[in-house]
Amino acid sequence: MDKLDKKQLKRESIIQAALQLFSTNGFYKTTIPDIAKKLGMSVGNLYNYFSSKDILAKEIIKYTSQVLGEEIKKINMQDISSRDKIKLIVKVYFDMAQTKPEMIEYFLRVYLSHREVFSDGCEGMVCVSGFITEIMIFFDDGVARGELRNQDFFSAFGLFMGYLGGMVFLQGEEILPQELDSYIDDVSFNIYKALSV
Amino acid sequence: MSKCKLLWLTSISCNGNAHSFLNYPHIQTFLNDFEFVYHPILESTYTLQEILEQELKCDIVLLEGAISQEFSKLDISITDTLLRYAKSAKAIVTVGTCATFGGIFKDSGYSNASGLHYIKDTKHHRYDELLSKTVSISGCPVQPEVLAETLYAIKDDMALKLDEYQRVKEFFAYTVHNGCIRNEYFEYKVDNHQFGEKEGCMFYDHGCQAPFTRGSCNKLLWNETNSKTRNGEPCHGCSEPNFPTTNLYKTQKNMGIPQNMPLGVNKRAYLTLAGVTKAFKIKRLEEDLF
Repeated sequence: MDKLDKKQLKRESIIQAALQLFSTNGFYKTTIPDIAKKLGMSVGNLYNYFSSKDILAKEIIKYTSQVLGEEIKKINMQDISSRDKIKLIVKVYFDMAQTKPEMIEYFLRVYLSHREVFSDGCEGMVCVSGFITEIMIFFDDGVARGELRNQDFFSAFGLFMGYLGGMVFLQGEEILPQELDSYIDDVSFNIYKALSV
Repeated sequence: MSKCKLLWLTSISCNGNAHSFLNYPHIQTFLNDFEFVYHPILESTYTLQEILEQELKCDIVLLEGAISQEFSKLDISITDTLLRYAKSAKAIVTVGTCATFGGIFKDSGYSNASGLHYIKDTKHHRYDELLSKTVSISGCPVQPEVLAETLYAIKDDMALKLDEYQRVKEFFAYTVHNGCIRNEYFEYKVDNHQFGEKEGCMFYDHGCQAPFTRGSCNKLLWNETNSKTRNGEPCHGCSEPNFPTTNLYKTQKNMGIPQNMPLGVNKRAYLTLAGVTKAFKIKRLEEDLF
């Protein structure tokens, strides 16, 4: 493994560790020494990778957005109906909420809750573009195929993602009476009904 | 030296190209080098009847308007006349989008109304024998300079590089977006436009097709002065095979995402880039220029 790959891997492991700590203990309660300790590295060395906690926070949101975006891209590339794609997107989102809860938690409890951290450098949707772009591609394709109703992007986006975020939030609060997976069919059906022509 | 002989044949047409050509700023010089054996408006050597009934010499045949077997003049089929003169001419130039792609007449009630070689972007192969000496100049209307400079090039036996529709690359290798003075607004995704005003890019909301339309409107200005997009009017894509489309003043979008991308640009890459540039919020570009 060359030096660059090694550095890249280390960078990713810092992101992973920080993601865990930020989403479990909260952004402000987590310090750089906490993250360094979890990784068994020195604080000074960690600063070689990320010069501040805010910068790390922004890199994490880009990273999670990219990971989720890559999953949706795989769905977008398939030659299937919008209805089937909706179901797969719901499934990917709910799977991630269960297998990598820190990713969704981070989005809901750090990114959306501490906008002041992200105001400089993550304006608009810059840091979540990896994910947003794939949702746009999905909508665009659905309308072009005559399956989804042509409407404003945000009215559709809010319905889709607000709904999924809400369900995951309810699950996180342990309010949902059943497993998240058991809602996939109904949730996908509702989204399809709401967005279809 | 004898003048190069031009025969301007009009099929079904609004004569817009013939009129547009009158605005060529160097028309006097042009007429010293070229002779119209027939032109529908300008003084010509022969009458239409003489052209149709006799076998006269011409070097270049210019076709304006869409063709169909149904169209005739003085009961003589236009296509028959065209084929007769094309045989001995050194080039045939389709002048305008109707003559090239069928234009507005391709959707009319006439059967088989088409351009000389195309119906929209599909080759119909009816006159393939003329293909090797056809040069297309599309546009509604064509730019006079583009027509004149092409005719000079043919007259002087210059090797013209052509695109897949026989259009002259010198003028059609560019998009109309090229040279548009609104490019800062395009780069930072600021539409914010009022018709006729100087501010804003019209690609996002106002239907501008310049980023995916080939032509030289912003390279060779109309009347040596201006272009539609510079003046605050969206490009309607008049030089392209599918012209005219509908709803020309509104950008066609799917859930807010433009249906047509700038030429050759991948939609995924475009959306990623757009997400970044939209976040810039440049005050200067949001304000009036004057």
